[in-house]
Amino acid sequence: MAALTFTPSGIYCPAGDFYIDPWKPVDRALITHGHADHARWGMGHYLATDIAAPVMRHRLGDVSIDTVRYGETRRIGGATVSFHPAGHVPGSAQIRVEVGGEVWVASGDYKVVGDGLSTPFEPVKCHHFITESTFGLPVFRWQSQDVIAAQINDWWRGCAANDKTAFLGCYALGKAQRLMSMLDPDIGPILTHTAIENTNAVMRAQGIPLAATIQAGGDLVHKDHPGAIVLAPPSALGSAWARKFGPQETAFASGWMAVRGIRRRRAGDRGFVISDHADWSGLLSAIRETGAENIYVTHGYTDIFTRYLNEQGWNAQVLQTEFGGEDAEEDAA
Amino acid sequence: MKRFAALFNAIDQSTKTTVKVAALTDYFLTAPEEDRIWTIAIFSGRRPKRAVNSTRLREWAAEVAGIPLWLFEEAYPIVGDLAETIALVLPLPDTDTDHGLSHWINALRNLANVEEPARKDFVLEAWRSLDTTQRFLFNKLLTGGFRVGVSQKLMTRALARATGKNEAEMAHRLMGDWDPARITWAQLTVDDDPAANASRPYPFYLAYAFDDAPESLGNPEDWQAEWKWDGIRGQLILRDGAHYVWSRGEELMTDRFPELARALDFIPNGTVLDGELLAWGDGAPQSFNALQKRIGRKTVPKKLLSEAPVILYAYDLLEWGGVDYRQEPLEVRRATLEEVCGNLPTDAPVKLSPTVPFDAWEHLADQRATARAAQAEGLMLKRRDSPYLTGRKKGDWWKWKLDPLTIDAVMIYAQSGHGRRANLFTDFTFAVWNGNDLVPFTKAYSGLTDEEFRKITAWVKKNTQQRFGPVRQVTPEHVFEIAFEGIQASSRHKSGVALRFPRMSRWRHDKPIQEANSLDDLNEMLNTYG
Repeated sequence: MAALTFTPSGIYCPAGDFYIDPWKPVDRALITHGHADHARWGMGHYLATDIAAPVMRHRLGDVSIDTVRYGETRRIGGATVSFHPAGHVPGSAQIRVEVGGEVWVASGDYKVVGDGLSTPFEPVKCHHFITESTFGLPVFRWQSQDVIAAQINDWWRGCAANDKTAFLGCYALGKAQRLMSMLDPDIGPILTHTAIENTNAVMRAQGIPLAATIQAGGDLVHKDHPGAIVLAPPSALGSAWARKFGPQETAFASGWMAVRGIRRRRAGDRGFVISDHADWSGLLSAIRETGAENIYVTHGYTDIFTRYLNEQGWNAQVLQTEFGGEDAEEDAA
Repeated sequence: MKRFAALFNAIDQSTKTTVKVAALTDYFLTAPEEDRIWTIAIFSGRRPKRAVNSTRLREWAAEVAGIPLWLFEEAYPIVGDLAETIALVLPLPDTDTDHGLSHWINALRNLANVEEPARKDFVLEAWRSLDTTQRFLFNKLLTGGFRVGVSQKLMTRALARATGKNEAEMAHRLMGDWDPARITWAQLTVDDDPAANASRPYPFYLAYAFDDAPESLGNPEDWQAEWKWDGIRGQLILRDGAHYVWSRGEELMTDRFPELARALDFIPNGTVLDGELLAWGDGAPQSFNALQKRIGRKTVPKKLLSEAPVILYAYDLLEWGGVDYRQEPLEVRRATLEEVCGNLPTDAPVKLSPTVPFDAWEHLADQRATARAAQAEGLMLKRRDSPYLTGRKKGDWWKWKLDPLTIDAVMIYAQSGHGRRANLFTDFTFAVWNGNDLVPFTKAYSGLTDEEFRKITAWVKKNTQQRFGPVRQVTPEHVFEIAFEGIQASSRHKSGVALRFPRMSRWRHDKPIQEANSLDDLNEMLNTYG
């Protein structure tokens, strides 16, 4: 029997009797990272990295989470399990499962370039590799973080010079903290929506150094913070809460902003192309470095990416999962 | 190109018209003269001829990007724009050039005259030396479709600001068939050139759709009602012994409708008429279907000329005795128009579009309901004291269309959209029942909200049965109400009917597919309204 199999509840390891990122309630779940489509409610026991666990506790409430360090080996039933950095968000992991000499890696979500915040991606040799394909098209190609940081800071500076508040829409876990590290504090204060500040508080408490922020709660006196940038979930842009800030420009930070049509549909004024997922060449290099022959392609452009991999000599197949709800995906990535 | 790319970015990265107009104004004040002229030409739809066909461009782009052609073809509908897809897949540039916009346009104009290998060399070299935005714009120039979020209105406003002219004059100057390769900046914006003026049309005044109760318009005596015709809006110019026919899209159509030349026999020089071009027969307007045979033909064979003769159904007078008449109130223009066109011989190619008299709004509403029988789409309501304005303005002119016809249909195919609808399934094919079979009868693209398009996109991805290139066959499960303006028999469609302006008016979550309409229902509509 294969070390990992695919069931209606999720990716399952018969030898260890556990699931990886299951979407239905099961007894034992190994979790790659804390995003809602991977870490769901209702599992009997969770296992995640020590860095990922605090945010999961914050989101899932009082649940039983056992933790493991990157690279540490665990024996679960007949399976040997270890977690390796996926570079997606702080604490995110690829999960390596070895049963009788056969090695599988379920990579969750990943990116191969460093972001200065998450533990950088490490390739893991395996026979079977489960990969995402959110940006699995050759039109997606990321520029370096420095280039994007300069674009965002220029935009922010322009807003500040025109007495406008800069609103930057981004996902609360990972993207927001990464953006905070890219902002130039000399321009002005960084304000945060409560959803983001709550995540910040969890990360600071676990010792992750983050830029200084001010929570933009209900009691905020807007005129006390001229030249501010506000980080907020995309759903908060244009809301009654946002309008209280007066004259403003809005932008959205996501890999989807690479496509002009999506940007015009989803963003206000500006779109910044920055993603916590691998771009086309990142996906291909990650797959190459695993040395795996068998590739399972999940959420994203699965059909197209799988066909390409097969043409290039891999043994690839589409894997139907419930990761990345369509809407959440365009928001989060 | 860098300056043009900076202008494009400034326009593209803002949703605010003030920012766009300021960027354009600054460009018109500072860019080189030829670049300014080409920018106006491009933003008003006067683009250079397509120099390379798009199949070659796709092949070359895939080759340079080092990807198989099928992969390029898969990415294209997701990006939703060919020029952009190419710009995104190519490797980053390895050199840098700073030729202006007009340099590139002139080079593209010459490209039509060279052999394909040289053409390819030129395109690949350009791709190698332009950054992603410039490359996108270069590809837009190559492929011909240039819509970048600047309306003619905004451009005219910026141009008026840059030159100190008023907007209405500037709008009029930009009309007609001036050639960006020949015209100078002074000729376009300042000079008074009688020869150029002879053929120049006036900007059309466009009505907004009216969907209120007519009582909200106030006293019926202040309003004139006319039938709203289903033809081609046209402007007939009679000046200096010549005639010119313009479409609303500023296309010169004089040669397409040779029968209008005879207008000069009946109507004096120095006259400009606004009206509807219609096929005419048996003393009445014919359906749009009859006119359709004439659209797209540059020359007209004699047989067709007698089968589907075209007239201008005149409803406004813009120039009279060589004088711009647009500031006169409608009732004055109408009175003069009736003198000019009221007593023309029956074989004249210009006829007077009658008004629809009424004394009370409910009376007019009854007449509106009979529009289909008159081959009309509804009514036009025009304020009697209104001048003839420029462009789409609210308040004085309204189109009060008939409620559309509707039918409930099952979605069977889906395809991705373009532009703002990239990465969404927005283009659908619909079917009705014929016994136990679903027969496709129309496509529709519009009518749903962004949220509904997102939902249906997620559903399509999960319910694709088969793929034919960019088209996906989906499980028959969703019923939509399709609204349309007219129905015609058509031998080119499997269902035997063709709809006019079909769109999705409602997603019928409440209806199972068994309750969708049938081909018999469609045929009954064809008998009643076709």
